[in-house]
Amino acid sequence: MSTLERDVLSRAELDALVREQEEQLADLRSRLAEWQRAFDSSEKRDAAFATVSGREIEPLYTPLDRAEADDVDALGLPGFYPFTRGPYASMYRTRLWTMRQFAGFATAEETNARYKYLLEQGQTGLSVAFDFPTLMGYDADHARALGEVGVCGVAVSSLDDMEALFQDIPLDRVSVSMTINGPAIILFAFYVAAAEKQGLSADVLRGTVQNDILKEYQAQHAWVYPPEPALRLIVDMFEWCTEHAPKYNPISISGYHIREAGATAAEELAFTLRNGFEYVERGIERGLDVDLFAPRLSFFFDVHSDFFEEIAKLRAARRIWARGMREKYGAKNPESWRLRTHAQTAGVSLTAHQAENNIVRVAYQAMAAALGGTQSLHTNSMDETLALPTEKAVRIALRTQQILAHESGVPNTIDPLAGSYYVESLTDDLERDAEAIFAEIDSIGGVVHGIEQGWFQQRIATSAMRQQRAIESGERVVVGVNRFTDGSGAIEIETLTMDPEVERRQVEYMAKMRAARDDQAVARTLAALTEACHGDGNLFPKILDCARAYCTLYEIRHGMEQVFGSYKEPVSF
Amino acid sequence: MTDSQRRVRVLVAKPGLDGHDRGAKVIASAFRDAGFEVIYTGLHQTPEMIVSAAVQEDVDVVAMSVLSGAHMTLFPRVKELLDEAGADHVLVTGGGIIPEADMEALEARGVGRLFGPGTRTTDAIAYVKEWFAQRETV
Repeated sequence: MSTLERDVLSRAELDALVREQEEQLADLRSRLAEWQRAFDSSEKRDAAFATVSGREIEPLYTPLDRAEADDVDALGLPGFYPFTRGPYASMYRTRLWTMRQFAGFATAEETNARYKYLLEQGQTGLSVAFDFPTLMGYDADHARALGEVGVCGVAVSSLDDMEALFQDIPLDRVSVSMTINGPAIILFAFYVAAAEKQGLSADVLRGTVQNDILKEYQAQHAWVYPPEPALRLIVDMFEWCTEHAPKYNPISISGYHIREAGATAAEELAFTLRNGFEYVERGIERGLDVDLFAPRLSFFFDVHSDFFEEIAKLRAARRIWARGMREKYGAKNPESWRLRTHAQTAGVSLTAHQAENNIVRVAYQAMAAALGGTQSLHTNSMDETLALPTEKAVRIALRTQQILAHESGVPNTIDPLAGSYYVESLTDDLERDAEAIFAEIDSIGGVVHGIEQGWFQQRIATSAMRQQRAIESGERVVVGVNRFTDGSGAIEIETLTMDPEVERRQVEYMAKMRAARDDQAVARTLAALTEACHGDGNLFPKILDCARAYCTLYEIRHGMEQVFGSYKEPVSF
Repeated sequence: MTDSQRRVRVLVAKPGLDGHDRGAKVIASAFRDAGFEVIYTGLHQTPEMIVSAAVQEDVDVVAMSVLSGAHMTLFPRVKELLDEAGADHVLVTGGGIIPEADMEALEARGVGRLFGPGTRTTDAIAYVKEWFAQRETV
């Protein structure tokens, strides 16, 4: 429209334009009435026309659904406020999303071999899956680790293991994402120390540590300390990284686990962004300049099966974040407004029955992630409801992304679904839903209070139960599970099994490492850390000293726990 | 009230370090809706903690959810400790990401039926009810 190219419209031109639009809308209304009659008289399928989150969907969307919307402001342009259309101006024209498969199992040596394989296959970033003992801050030789060492991820109990994990992988050239939360600051210290061993300083490190404790209390449950000291450690990371590791993301504010635990799309969106704003508030309270730390905050969303709702969710997330950061928190740096996200296809949508069907589910979800404008993506392997993925299954999952990137044409143009009446309506609806949930969270006394009361946990469990009922009643169809079940039941694919020897080997490594280290340095650095916990200085340098001295994960965890205590969950179901 | 009308008492437990409690909470709610008396342990329980709760609460069934791959350690350990505590009448059942071969191996070691991903809650409820009715008639 040429009028847009000029700065000023005359009053008469403006009036004419408004009149013309009103006439068009009136015409559309009368045509729509005619369509409605035709629609009403048509026979309908017996199906629930709703998203997986239970959102009722209209049979048709038209300009009338968004007649009030001001798309110049609400959508903007890619790379510009409010970033609805994408965080970067040139998006996939400059760089495709990073294909980042989450992987880790057994010992550091074995995982290191898998990483090298993935890099050879064309993967462009690494993503570390730790085992449960590591996630909870226990060493491989701790009594609580029994039976779980290296089973669900890789065991990393000290700098020694971290060095082995990245042996011959140059940490200045590969970006590494680490999924660790409760003891995140300790694993990050191991990582920084491992980079030092490669002769690299922290300022060259690229990557992300998940470090999002709020969603752990709400959904994923790998915590160590109570909320207040845990939040202190996170702000310590913001502060230290801003100064020393400016290319590293010290947090990945994650909706993935919230969604996987049962939340709806709107709950995932709202809880995640509200958690993000909580971290921003904590940083500001510390006296940090929001425009220095906010640009390094990154996000992580689930991409579930409802194609359009997931695309709309990612678009809404960017707009809500941008508006909140600029309008509420006074950020002036556009980098602080820009929401960058990782995405992963929905593990919870995969089925054990007819597991090969999962390849198709993942492909659709991956396409939604790309159309939603993600910066990186993990595609699940078809066998992940059965076991850790086999090499073949991982390769197919990665190839799924490569086909999407290089054959489908999806990355050719930026935000191709913008202007779709449906997608824009859903984007608006999700934003409204999130705002309503923010108000509820405020009314219960904020995020930490809501966690302590079990409010988030209860709400997620209620949504999970509702979805389970919808599947069991057949209201929601799951192919191969409650419909089209011919051939279901038997597991038809090969799965990866773990060698029970892994635990014994890992315990042996630990014993060797403990024997070789300088016990005095261990004792000295641990004592200095515990002492520092009583004060209010940044704890990261002390933790880094412990890491360099080969203190173990549990020793460092325990060094702080003596002062901070541990978290007790409010139990309910 | 006769014994057969007594409500089934179930301890739903999350052993080990795995925090994925969606399944545990869903099955706990479904058991409650089915008329069972349900106690939920919360997360990160050791086998010792679970058995102590089971004995103290005098439950009929311990239903454990394990998604971490540690099932071959955790199920037999709980069964063993229950037996040691003189509670060998308690049914140990559960679900999670457990390969069929492992399910069979565990059954051979005295563990009850285990349920994999995609199980209907009604199937688990029917199994517990049937087991309970059989035990009460013996």
